[in-house]
Amino acid sequence: MGFRSVKSLLVATFSIFLISVSFQGFAQNNEDGEAKTEEKFDPTTVILNHVQDGYSFHFFTIGDFHASIPLPVILYSPQKGLSIFSSSRFGHEGELTYEGYKMENNKIVAVDEGVKVYDFSMTRNVVQMLLVLTLFIILMINIGKRYKKGIGVTSAPTGVQNLLEPVIIFIRDEVAKVNLGSRWERYMPYLLTLFFFILVNALFGMIPGVANVAGNIAFTLILGVIALIVILASTTTHFWKHLFWPPGVPFLVKLILVPVELAGVFIIKPGALIIRLFANMIAGHIVILAFISLIFIFGEMSTVAGYSFSPFSVLFIVFDYFIEILVAFIQAFIFTVLTAIFIGQGFEGSDHDLHPGTHDGML
Amino acid sequence: MELLNPNLGLIAWTTVAFLITLWILGKYAWKPIVSGLEKREQNIADSIQAAEKVKQEMAALKSENEELLAKARDERAQMLREAKETRDKIIAEAKEQARQETNKIVSDAQAVINQQKMAAITELKNNVGKLVIEVSEKVLRRELASKEAQEQFIHELTSEVKLN
Amino acid sequence: MSLLTLLVEVGFSHLGGAIGAGLAAIGAGIGIGQIGKGAVEGIARQPEASNEIRANMILAAALVEGVALFAVIAGLLAVLKTA
Repeated sequence: MGFRSVKSLLVATFSIFLISVSFQGFAQNNEDGEAKTEEKFDPTTVILNHVQDGYSFHFFTIGDFHASIPLPVILYSPQKGLSIFSSSRFGHEGELTYEGYKMENNKIVAVDEGVKVYDFSMTRNVVQMLLVLTLFIILMINIGKRYKKGIGVTSAPTGVQNLLEPVIIFIRDEVAKVNLGSRWERYMPYLLTLFFFILVNALFGMIPGVANVAGNIAFTLILGVIALIVILASTTTHFWKHLFWPPGVPFLVKLILVPVELAGVFIIKPGALIIRLFANMIAGHIVILAFISLIFIFGEMSTVAGYSFSPFSVLFIVFDYFIEILVAFIQAFIFTVLTAIFIGQGFEGSDHDLHPGTHDGML
Repeated sequence: MELLNPNLGLIAWTTVAFLITLWILGKYAWKPIVSGLEKREQNIADSIQAAEKVKQEMAALKSENEELLAKARDERAQMLREAKETRDKIIAEAKEQARQETNKIVSDAQAVINQQKMAAITELKNNVGKLVIEVSEKVLRRELASKEAQEQFIHELTSEVKLN
Repeated sequence: MSLLTLLVEVGFSHLGGAIGAGLAAIGAGIGIGQIGKGAVEGIARQPEASNEIRANMILAAALVEGVALFAVIAGLLAVLKTA
């Protein structure tokens, strides 16, 4: 039942997508366009535009026809107050100004100098993230209901339960119980949410044409900051005592060791988490886009070269897609397991009856 | 540069999305799922334990049964032995009794026979006596007639006697 | 466009980025190679533990790859600085 409702919801979502693709793409703005004949292919711009955030879902452009979905722009500035409007007001190339705002390098700024703008727009990353999470939440609530009803508790689990149960059990046994000892149950909701939050966003980000949510530094930054907060919240006085006054270490070494340890806790560990996830998620997309770009680079040299190279390119892209799927799972797992290890270190040794794993602080 | 420059909107939205997801899923999904899984595992563990216990009980019952069986077998053998003994005793008793009875009957019969014999002998004696007396009477009556007749007569009598 | 004009046009930051990416690839290659070697040897010695070894191998490889990708990002930044 749950699966079917999710499926119909998916269908509905895509229908809305297709309907709302704007067909008003005939805005003539090529006054100076006559001069640029045969624009050179620039892979860097193409790749960056694809992996970066944007104010609309842009699928393709044929001539003057733009297949794109405009998204709401939400701006706040202390001088002008709140303003909400559609991103299509800026035109397809972002060349128009609206309500005193303009696009500059794919960023919205105020036309007047000195006006500070806080940009809370529903960019394509935001919209996609919310969409994906809504689907995921509906799915999980359905599954949760089933467990509440006793399916999977007193009888065998059915349907999607079988898909997710091994993952949940894996997180519980290999991540939570190993690293957090007897306190595993308190952290289970956080760890599971973290894992699936990364996983679903990474997996959905691989659909061609959609945004690369997990490969955005803001996304990983927030996950890292939340991880840091959870880690700090679960530390004990024992942990801090060891941090500021490590026993059995000469005084001069302490002077070096304490700042290093402090930096490790506050900057290096969460920073490594943030950068690792970001780099892994964006690298795969860049590689795929680079292979696509290669076709056009060869095509610029000669049409034959472009066509003959494309099968190899597609082959590599397919291979890379498989690796990306694997990487999505692995990175979600690594982020989760490292967070669990850091949490475990926070209360390690505070009471000696529980034995969280004896991992070193891997980065 | 743009790539490593987190934008404020996405930060805010991600934070909100993560916290809402955490809250909703924590309340409606992870809690029932984790507790459900725990419960199921507990159930399975309990079932296995119960099965183990039943198995042990069965084993205990089996050995008990065997014990009972052995005991029953012993009892049966004992009973059989006793029955045999009883039978033998009864037979022996019966035989003894029979012998005694027989002896008694025989001795009674002998006694009766002796009695009868004695009675017969007495009767015979009486009869012989009577006959002798009769013959003697007849002889005595006929003695005077003739010697020949006398002798013939005696012969007659004797043959009569013999016939008797 | 000849190689020379290409070099002159793109400048040293591109060169630095490219060399950095190459070095990162070397490092990651050596690291992942070591992991693979260890894993294969381990599996050869104990075939029954192959599943566990494989899981740990992938994990370690992902960690090494993460470090290599740090370098790739650094290289990318160098390239994009002037672009």
